[in-house]
Order: sequence, then C-alpha cells, then structure tokens
Amino acid sequence: MAERVARLRHELTENPFEFVAAGLFALFTVVAAVGPWIAPYDALATDAAHALQAPSPAHWFGLDQLGRDVFSRVIVATRLDLLIAFGAVILGGVIGSLIGAASGYFGGGADGLVSRVVDVLMAFPLFVLAMAIVAALGDSVANVIVATAIINLPFYIRLARVEILIRRNLGYVEAARIGGSSHLRILLVFLLPNILPALVVQASLNLGWAVLNAAGLSFIGLGIRPPTAEWGVMAADGARFIGSGQWWIGLFPDLALMLAVFCFHLLGDVLRGRIDARASA
Amino acid sequence: MRLLLRRCLWAPPTLAGVLIVTFLVTHLLPGDPAVFFASDPAADAGTIATIRQKLGLDLPLWRQFVIYVGDIAHGDLGQSITTGQPVARDLLQRLPASLELTLCAFAIAIAAALPLGVAAALRPGSIIDHATRAISAAGASLPTFVTGLVLIYVFYNLLGVAPEPIGRLEAFATPPPSHTGFLLIDELIAGDLAGFGMAARQIALPALTMALFALAPMARMTRAAMIGALRADFVRAARANGLSPRTIVITYAFRNAMLPVVTTLGMVFSYMLGANVLVEKVFAWPGVGSYTLDAMAGLDYAPVQGFMLLMASIFVALNLAIDFLYALIDPRAGLAADG
Repeated sequence: MAERVARLRHELTENPFEFVAAGLFALFTVVAAVGPWIAPYDALATDAAHALQAPSPAHWFGLDQLGRDVFSRVIVATRLDLLIAFGAVILGGVIGSLIGAASGYFGGGADGLVSRVVDVLMAFPLFVLAMAIVAALGDSVANVIVATAIINLPFYIRLARVEILIRRNLGYVEAARIGGSSHLRILLVFLLPNILPALVVQASLNLGWAVLNAAGLSFIGLGIRPPTAEWGVMAADGARFIGSGQWWIGLFPDLALMLAVFCFHLLGDVLRGRIDARASA
Repeated sequence: MRLLLRRCLWAPPTLAGVLIVTFLVTHLLPGDPAVFFASDPAADAGTIATIRQKLGLDLPLWRQFVIYVGDIAHGDLGQSITTGQPVARDLLQRLPASLELTLCAFAIAIAAALPLGVAAALRPGSIIDHATRAISAAGASLPTFVTGLVLIYVFYNLLGVAPEPIGRLEAFATPPPSHTGFLLIDELIAGDLAGFGMAARQIALPALTMALFALAPMARMTRAAMIGALRADFVRAARANGLSPRTIVITYAFRNAMLPVVTTLGMVFSYMLGANVLVEKVFAWPGVGSYTLDAMAGLDYAPVQGFMLLMASIFVALNLAIDFLYALIDPRAGLAADG
C-alpha cells in the first residue's frame, strides 16, 4: 500500500499536467454520459416568476432570463457539445486521413488535384467557411458536425499525405509489395497503423478547436438554435445581460466551454509528448 | 527567384478554386432571392418568374457561373438586398474598419508574443517561461467572444475606464473627413488629437481581445524556434568566439528563428480574419464581418459571397507577401529551386 502511494505521489509530481488533463477529461465524459439524469432541474423548464435570480443554494448557477436553471443547462449541454466535437473530429479525421493516405500513396494527377483542393479550402478563413456551410445546409446538429468536419479535413489530408509519402518506399513496404500484397492491403494493413499515432495527436488537438468552432457558430446564431441547451447559445444569452449585471447567465457556460477546450488542448499536448517525442521540444 | 515565381503562379488557380467554392456554397443557401426582390409577399408566380429571368436564375448552373465570373471581372459583386447598395461598395466602405482592427490586434500580438517567446527560450523553466506557457494556454482556450465579454464587463461595467462598446466612435461624435478609412490615421490627418484619443479608446478592447487570441500560437512558435536556434552550431561557434550575448541572441539566433515564425504568421492572420466576425459582433464594430452576419440573417446571399471572396483574396495576397518577406529574411529561400 505504502509503495503504491509513493508511486502515485511520484507520478503526480512528475506529470501533474497529465493528471489534470485525464481528470478533466474523465469529468467531462461522465457528465456527458449521465448529464440529463444528474441535472437537478429540467434544462428547458421556464419559470418566469423567478427569472434572472442570482446564484443561491437552490440554484447554484442562478436562473436565466426565462427562469431556467443555469446549472442544469450547463450540465445537459455537455453531451451535445462533446457529441459535436467528437463527431466532427472523427468524421473529418477518418475521411481526411483516407483521402490524404491514398493521395500520398498513389501520387500522380489525383494527388495534384487533392493538393489544389486543400490549398483552396485553406485559403478561406476556416471559421468563415464553416459559417457559410452551415448557412447553406441549414441549422441542425448534423450540419454543424459536417461543417466542422469539412474545415478539419485539410489538416488530416496534409498530415496523412506527408506521413505516407515518407514511408511508401521504405523496406517493409517494398517487401510487402514483392510479397504480392495488393495496394489496398499495403495501405490499410502496413501503412495506416504506422501513421495512426500522428493522426491521433492531431485529432486530440482538433477536439478543442471543434468545440470552439461549434460554440462560435451558435454564438452568432447559426447551427444550434435556442432554446436548446448548448454552451455557445447560453453564452449568447449571457452576453445580452452582462451589461445589466446578471453575470451568472454567461459566466458559467463560458467557464464550461473554456475548461473543455483547455482540457482537450492539454490532452493533445500530453499525447504528443508521449507518442511523438520529436515534437515535444 | 524561381520559387517566388512558382508561388506567384500558384495564386491564380487557388483563386479560381475559391471562386468555384464560393459560388457553389452560396447557391446552396436557402431562400429564393427572386421572392425578396419582388419585395411583396403576395407577388404572384408570374412576377416572380419574370424576376428570376431578369436575375438569370432560370439559367443552368454553369451559365450562371460564367455570368458570375464575368461580373466579378468587372468588379460587380451583385446587389445587397438589405442595404440596397452594390456589395462591392458596401464591402469597400466597411473593410477599413475591419482591417484597422485586425492590424492593430496583429501589431499588439507581435509586440507581446516575440519578446515573451524569446525570453522564455532564453531561460527555459524560469518564471517567465511558465508565465508564457500559461498565457499561451489561456489564449488558446479562451473563445474570442468570451474574452471580449469579460474585458467589456471588467473595463466598462466594473471599472468604467473603457467606453461603451458601440463601434468605432462614441455615440454622437462626428467622424473625421475620410482619407484612408482608417479612423486613427484620418484623425491624425485632421489634426484632431481628442478624436484620435477617442478612436484609440474605442479600438483598445476589441484589438486586445483579438491580440490575446493570436498571441498564443505566436509565442509558442517563437519559443520553440528560438530554443532550436540557440542550440545550433553557429550559435555555439559565435559564443566560443566571444561575441556579446546581445549580438548572439539578436543577430544570430533571432534572425534565424524568425523563419518558422513568419510562416506561422500567415496562418495566424487567417485565423484572425475568421475570429474578426465574432469580435465585431461582440463590440458592434461596423466592419465587413457584422455586415455579412446581418446579410446572412436576412437570407441576402450576395454579401456573403462577396465577403468570402474578399477574405480568401486577402489571404492569398498575404501568402504571397509572406513568401517575399521570407526571401528577404533568408536570401537562400528565394533562390532555391525546390522549396
């Protein structure tokens, strides 16, 4: 037992950031999973008589302009915000990596075209592109995920393409080729597992960015619409009342948002340090 | 010069791609513009069909695209339904406000990030290094709209030192005669120091908001590049030859560390153009971003199209400028055959 405590203390003092990141991540995951059941009140139930009430023991984060419990809304929103972030990163990551890998492996005209398309996508400020895509496709959770995935695509395409390019003529790939493996098998079985760590690091760094992007969109009134409980929607609500002194409406969703982004960034850094020692200078 | 030439040749196809993307995205936008131009909800099908014909909306998509490209070649970005003005004029009118804000923020961010990054690199593990990391982490995690709102709450609501966030000038102030569109410069040309002070106070908080956001990647990159440069052989040689620490850090290490930093500046500027929309919304800044948001809310798609084109063109132009800057900092880069 004493040995275990000593070991834990050693890990804690050696890698405090890893513990903070892992702890926060666990917290967000649990809240996202059980949020609707642990929220003390209904996130959508209005109570006009007590609107704009300051934080109190009954309502820890106060009540908003329609008398909804801010604490419950922040908790319930966690699932939606994480769903968008993970959905967008997985969708963009899988499609982008496959396109980039194939492009780097086969080369030729298609590769040139892919690089051109990536250049064009990167020529737009990506938030502006996301705005336009959501406005074009319409307001829905799925469309926010699609838009965020599209603006994530270039990063995965470039990364996968370069990582495959530097490996495609290595000895083990040549060997597989001589051994009669098909291109598909070489790509999926021999090359992709080798570039996976780099892609995972990129994905974890992009999670925070995806949360920010989705919240930014709903803040300007695109994508997720009120009265849905979502951090960006709540931040926009709060922005209207900050001038008149009702700081709690905006502060708590803002804090949740910041903490989530901070957690994902930290997690990405930790993963990068662990997986890719070269980049952790 | 071959690399520079190649980079110049890269711009036109990228811009052509930008045109196609902009055209396609905005044509997916919901709402039938013909119904808006009819400006009468009870307009009958015949009137709407006539307007569709007049706007060219009944033509096949590729014909519309050809017409669209032709119009753009003449500097015609279409007509805004919300303001009733040509979009090109609207955008040009509002662009200086956005550029002034973005450039001020950019300047603040560079002025803060480079010294912080260099100081952190000179003493890794020191208090200044940790402070730089903390500021970078905060800057990267804080959504711009949250930073903006917090700054407004603290400096306007609580301390009362900042003016009301209602745009570029106080409510009833008269703007100076416009020469450049940049208020700070126009006030100086007009010789109005009080007006300059007012404009500076108005721009301080939004510029700071954006600067904080841009600072994080710049400081991080500067720190990493400086650490790399300080470890290089030529720095050790300079040290062994007894050059002063000042010369070593500034002339040798810093100039070499600038290369990767300049490359990130382009990326950071692009992020800033995107974040601009949010900052303009929070501070009611009358730039191209707020203009586009208003248009979007009114299902008015010509301004959205124009805005996307404008942003992408600025970015392509900026990338070219960065390539030239790169060649200036490192003469080898401009001469190399491959890059």
